[in-house]
Amino acid sequence: MDYATFLQVCDTALRFATPLLLACLAGLYSERAGIFDIGLEGKMLMAAMSAAAVAAITGSVWIGLIAGIAGSLLFALVHGLASITFRGNQLIAGVALNFVASGITVLIAQSMFGQGGRTAPLVGNARFTPIDLPFVEAIANIPVIGPFYAEVLSGHTILVYVALLLVPLSWWVLYRTRFGLRLRAVGENPASVDTAGVSVVRLRFSAVLIAGVLCGLAGAYMSTGLQAGFGREMTAGRGYIALAALIFAKWRPWQALWATLLFGFLQALALRPDVVESLTRIAIPVPFLDALPYILTVIVLAGFVGKAIPPRAGGEPYVKER
Amino acid sequence: MTKLPTWADVALVPLISLTLAALVSAGVLLAIGQSPLEAITVMANGALGSPYAWGYTLYYATSFIFTGLAVTIAFHAGLFNIGGEGQAQLGGLGVALVCLALPWPHWTLALAAAMGGAALFGAAWAAVPAYLQARRGSHIVITTIMFNYIASALLIYLLVNVLRPTGSMDPASATFPAGAHLPQFHEIPLLQNLFQRMGADGLPRLNAQGLPMYQGVPANVTFFIAIAACVAIWALLWHTKLGYEIRAFGKSEKAAVYAGISPFRIIMIAMLISGALAGLMAINNVMGQSERLLQNSASGAGFIGIAVALMGRNHPIGIFLAAVLFGFLFQGGAALGLETDIPIELRTVVQGLVILFTGALDQMVRMLLAAFFRRRGGE
Repeated sequence: MDYATFLQVCDTALRFATPLLLACLAGLYSERAGIFDIGLEGKMLMAAMSAAAVAAITGSVWIGLIAGIAGSLLFALVHGLASITFRGNQLIAGVALNFVASGITVLIAQSMFGQGGRTAPLVGNARFTPIDLPFVEAIANIPVIGPFYAEVLSGHTILVYVALLLVPLSWWVLYRTRFGLRLRAVGENPASVDTAGVSVVRLRFSAVLIAGVLCGLAGAYMSTGLQAGFGREMTAGRGYIALAALIFAKWRPWQALWATLLFGFLQALALRPDVVESLTRIAIPVPFLDALPYILTVIVLAGFVGKAIPPRAGGEPYVKER
Repeated sequence: MTKLPTWADVALVPLISLTLAALVSAGVLLAIGQSPLEAITVMANGALGSPYAWGYTLYYATSFIFTGLAVTIAFHAGLFNIGGEGQAQLGGLGVALVCLALPWPHWTLALAAAMGGAALFGAAWAAVPAYLQARRGSHIVITTIMFNYIASALLIYLLVNVLRPTGSMDPASATFPAGAHLPQFHEIPLLQNLFQRMGADGLPRLNAQGLPMYQGVPANVTFFIAIAACVAIWALLWHTKLGYEIRAFGKSEKAAVYAGISPFRIIMIAMLISGALAGLMAINNVMGQSERLLQNSASGAGFIGIAVALMGRNHPIGIFLAAVLFGFLFQGGAALGLETDIPIELRTVVQGLVILFTGALDQMVRMLLAAFFRRRGGE
């Protein structure tokens, strides 16, 4: 693999990693607050459809983005109601929402556009356009670093940079603010937070809604940045890969970035079997590359690479003492 | 919280949940400008209106009984097995390997061997997540989800590179030998009379040999095996020591350990049975219908098992009824896709809503009912 090919793969990897990273951070907030979120996939799908549909009608990607976040938030709200207010099974609620999203997005897109469950293709301002980072021209000529900056880092849509900036921001929020401390505490020991006079319900709802917003960004990026429109099941299991990345990252923001970049890289490699073959000198089946994120996650879960311990109160509804 | 009377908890809660799911689905249809009344008419006609329609409804129900039972036995041990889909796909692989191995002389022999293959492969696919849960505490929900994706990748690889007959372009195995053909409802004596083709004059139509002609339906002898599986799981759970241990472990791990029940043993056994049941579904769809292994053979039945188990309140009788209901939904949904503008995906929405209301919002229904019973009790 020469350097130019490597840069190409890295560029694709960053594109693919972005929705994973946004969804992974969404899961991070939710699960750190003690709400398991299997519904990342469904929320992304809902956001992808809402964003593409509204962007196609209004011709503005920004209104589409807001619609995408709204669609995802609606599902997050139902998840919150089921798992916080009515103390239902969080995992089942997530699974249920994934099915509802998988079907309802096609129903809505079909009734709005009549194109077999797809939305109308997006053109012009209805899509996010690539932006060039500053000084690309000047730096591009520096060997090695220059092309990397120009080819890999520069030329993405705004949501890619938003996702990258959300990593330090999430670290700061979770580890350096009072809100973050309480959020993490409520995922470990909600009773202690309650004793301190802080509302467990409100904290958990804010975490679930933050997850909704982030999944909204992830879904909107899928349909208005990565591709030009919504197609049925377009998230194709990315919500679950994000979940896998979250475990891989052991529920920490910086590690989430590395995990999603790794999984994005694997997805990019799966598109280039020729590159893989030239590297390993044996033919590696593409399905194996597709399955690699899941296999790696099982290995991590099995505890062979340090133990992945989820937040202690995760999955358990909190019942206030009376 | 007020305790509900048993009959309300067993019958009323799922019925109200189901009604809520139906109401929301009707709302969705109204919102996209379709008539719920027309939809339910088309569905009822397409899924229940004739013996032919029932032949499809019961075919789907058969698969859902197996996957529903699979989810249930794991639930009773306090485990949530989302991996039914992958286990069913591996079960399909087991069936295909067995059916293609020999020129089977008679279907009964082929069926017995294929059941062994299906159960073995399904159980094997559940064994790794079970072991990781039992020995290393890896959350079984996550590992079984991961194993679904790994199963699907593995089968794509095997179908494209190994099992595909030379010269064929389809990612599918070769067709099974004729001896492995399971009798379908229209081939079973007596039962087949329901499926006779009638001419315009109201008399049975006859073929060239002067024999009556029948409408082909996919429902097959597996349906009766599914009923037997319901009875077997009921007996296992409520009338054996092992069943008692599984349920005790599911209710309270600590109490079970105190009573000398080994968590490792129960997790492994419950998940192996669960995986075997999910795998057994493959004799219905792979052996009984398509007669070769296709990509994505389970086509979502593994996930519908979750809805069926929740709807059926984790009891074999409930599961049988819920599986028929979902068979109706599946076949009726297909009729919708053919005869109306309503996309076939409506059934995924209904499926999701049933899971949501019966599995996650059941507490809401219970709270409402409790308030109702409290008021009545106070009067």
